[in-house]
Amino acid sequence: MKKNFFLFICFILITTFSYSNENQNKLLEVYKNLRCLVCQGQSIADSNSDFAATIKLVVQDQFKEGKKEDEIYEFLISKYGEWIVYQPTFNKNNFLLWALPYVVLIFGGFIIFLVVRKTKHNKVN
Amino acid sequence: MLSNIGIGLVTLILILSFLIIYTASLDLKTSRQSIEKSIYKLSLFQTTFTVLSFFTLIIGFMNSDFSLINVYENSHTTKPFFYKIAGTWGNHEGSLLLWINILVIFSYLFLVFNYNHEKKFRLYTLIFQNILILGFLFFLLLNSNPFNSIYPIPLEGLGLNPILQDPALAIHPPLLYVGFVGCSIYFSAAMASLVSGYDGKLFAQSIKTWVKISWCFQTLGIIVGSIWAYYELGWGGFWFWDPVENASLLPWFAITALMHSLVVLEKRNTLYSWVIILCLSTFILSVTGTFLVRSGILNSVHTFASDPARGIYILVFLSLMIFSALSIFFLKYKKENYNFNLKSRETFILANNWFMAFFLITVLIGMLYPIFLDVLTNKKISVGPPFFNIVIIPLVVPFMFLMAIGPKFGWIKSQNKINYKILFLILGAIVINLFIFYFFGNYSLLSNAIFIAAIFLILHSFLDARKLINDKNKTGLPRIISHLGFGLLVFFIGINHQFSLEEDFNLKVGEIKQINSYKINFENIRIKESKNYKAIIGNFKLTNLKNNLVQYLNPEIRIYSNPETLTYEAAIKTKITSDFYLTMSNVSRSDYYNIKFQNKPFMIWIWISALMIALGGFIRLTLKKNEY
Amino acid sequence: MNISISKIIIFSFVIFFLFVFWRGLKIDNNYNTLNLIGNRISNFQLTELDNDHQYISEKDLKKNEHTLINFFASWCAPCRSEHKYLLNLSNENKEIKIIGINFKDKKNNALNFLKELGNPYNFVGSDSDGKMSVLFGIYGIPESILIDSDLTVIKKIVGPINQFQYDQILELVK
Repeated sequence: MKKNFFLFICFILITTFSYSNENQNKLLEVYKNLRCLVCQGQSIADSNSDFAATIKLVVQDQFKEGKKEDEIYEFLISKYGEWIVYQPTFNKNNFLLWALPYVVLIFGGFIIFLVVRKTKHNKVN
Repeated sequence: MLSNIGIGLVTLILILSFLIIYTASLDLKTSRQSIEKSIYKLSLFQTTFTVLSFFTLIIGFMNSDFSLINVYENSHTTKPFFYKIAGTWGNHEGSLLLWINILVIFSYLFLVFNYNHEKKFRLYTLIFQNILILGFLFFLLLNSNPFNSIYPIPLEGLGLNPILQDPALAIHPPLLYVGFVGCSIYFSAAMASLVSGYDGKLFAQSIKTWVKISWCFQTLGIIVGSIWAYYELGWGGFWFWDPVENASLLPWFAITALMHSLVVLEKRNTLYSWVIILCLSTFILSVTGTFLVRSGILNSVHTFASDPARGIYILVFLSLMIFSALSIFFLKYKKENYNFNLKSRETFILANNWFMAFFLITVLIGMLYPIFLDVLTNKKISVGPPFFNIVIIPLVVPFMFLMAIGPKFGWIKSQNKINYKILFLILGAIVINLFIFYFFGNYSLLSNAIFIAAIFLILHSFLDARKLINDKNKTGLPRIISHLGFGLLVFFIGINHQFSLEEDFNLKVGEIKQINSYKINFENIRIKESKNYKAIIGNFKLTNLKNNLVQYLNPEIRIYSNPETLTYEAAIKTKITSDFYLTMSNVSRSDYYNIKFQNKPFMIWIWISALMIALGGFIRLTLKKNEY
Repeated sequence: MNISISKIIIFSFVIFFLFVFWRGLKIDNNYNTLNLIGNRISNFQLTELDNDHQYISEKDLKKNEHTLINFFASWCAPCRSEHKYLLNLSNENKEIKIIGINFKDKKNNALNFLKELGNPYNFVGSDSDGKMSVLFGIYGIPESILIDSDLTVIKKIVGPINQFQYDQILELVK
């Protein structure tokens, strides 16, 4: 059972860290991750606003210059704040955000483990 | 006049609710086995008046009676008749009246249909439910009254948002509310169960049907909402992890977990405390979701207009609910002994609950974290689709494996069911996945795992279904359909996501754009004047260069006058194999139009699979015998 | 005893959550970049509106004690209402240099706009595709940024300048 658990954790780690949108269109992927500042909850990809059009041009330019997605996000965050990206950056502010779900997952698994183990002990006795 | 009738009816309902609580409390003390007839009568009157009040409001909308502020703010004489009626619940006050209707109707039905359950338990349920009803009635009367009148009577209304004039959106709220509000009855039943001591198997049987009903409608409501978003909102997506969407998903996870755990409570008479926690949590989550969405605390595409007093009221109501539920739970909590074998169906149901709790808490954290961060540190961040996708999707893989093999295990204890048949199916799934991978395109390790797990679940469900042909009772048919639907849903979403073609570009009239094997010719623009809007319609000729098939797509930009809004209607061509999706918007101060073109494989299968999940639930509702 | 501790913990959590919800009701959830100050502007080149061969860059701005960079357009109605404050600043206050950046506009329309309302700018630059605005963290028109000789942003004004903000600018440049 310990082996299964170990495999499970490995699987989660590998898949989570290798998560990427392999869609051919990297441009659109970036557009979808950027928030339209003048809209009510729309991404740059979905918005028809002037601001979205401007940002799209800037992102296109940066890709042409050879910048990577992370650099583009960093640039826009420095200009507009963290609000503009939909994927929260992993820093000390957002650490809890990313960590808590997994803490809950492990905690839940632990409870089930305890419940089942108690039964085994009772059976043995 | 309608205003007076409406307010009069609501006041009557208020009085009746007090009366019901009073007479029920008195009846609790009598030693008679059956509930006093007068309580039934009071409940029936309460139901009748509540439904009448709702009809009063509907009549107000049907007649465009602008003496009611609610009708004035949300309707217009030129609105099509069907949407005038739908406008009744398409606004905050009207939807609140609908909530109260469901609370009252479920209260009455629960009382009547549970005639073979213990009297004390039924009376307490009635009392708790009516306390909830009172809370909502006070909210309605003090803050959100749809029957408030306006004088002098305006000649014309302010009109409803044109985006909301859509058939799917007309039925989406009522479906969802039966889910959201339906769980109030088992919240009250859980409180009643704690107070009266009516627990275990009998309790499970009393709320079983209600859990199933609310699950079915919640599932259906969410699906219809997604279908609407896809066809109407113009971005080609169907799930944005938007706060309003998440608010409907939170109770869904809890109801699904509850539905599964109820089976254990009924079969093995264990997990009672956990079931109670789930019953209480579900309605608490519904009200929390309502709070987050209607108070204006969150920024979303589909927020209702907000008003700070509203938020305070709902928060107070929510707090009272949580504290009373917690207090009663802690007061009456009895430690349970658990008897779970690893290789038993109960354990797998526990595993389902484990995953459901994980998904639920992840969505909750994603929704609440920005609020907490802003309040505590004054920093604003966004938590959007990437967060939810990255955390949730990898876990769907083991979840689907468990969904497939879990039902194979028997109750209490089973031999090792991981036999060669299962390994064979896994191998089959891997082969099919490799086939797709090889012939159609590369994708990540995670996607491979998702496809393998989904295909495994699908194959497994088909094999299970085949066994049913010889089974007269069709045991497990609803479960097989729902699980199969889930596997198909994940599979088709995966395919759609991997192999979608999307492009965003600017084009002038007369220009041509080529994307992969598609040629898009922006032929011309024409203007159309319609009853309440003016439309700019683009004519796009789409040629598939592989087979020279030609289609015409006509997206629109609509300019409405009442209220003044601009909407973008996507041109969508749905086929069995894929959808074409084209939207057009004008670039300010330029001749260019911004075009978004998408080819989305198997889109309609996503809806079919999702509906299959709900179908399983509905079939279960109509089955007479106890079958899993 | 174990149950009591968990009860206290759970109750505390609930109170904490409800408290945050209550406070959350009061905050304004409309995002703005007003407190994104303290960064330095760098790496830009602004072409003059009227003359394609003239341009300014960071080093030109370093010569000024303070510079107010104002994004405007002829098609923007609120830009008209703030214009008088810009004129006042340019006439009365010789320490601030005002740079106007014409955003997504046609040259002739912009020049007519300035002829009609007056030209408060020491230099008028052109940002016809709007990309320059992103460098300055602009997301709406009109928007203005006050920087010092180090090119550090000391104030952002989103929307048209009003009397209160005008006074604040004067305070800051003393």
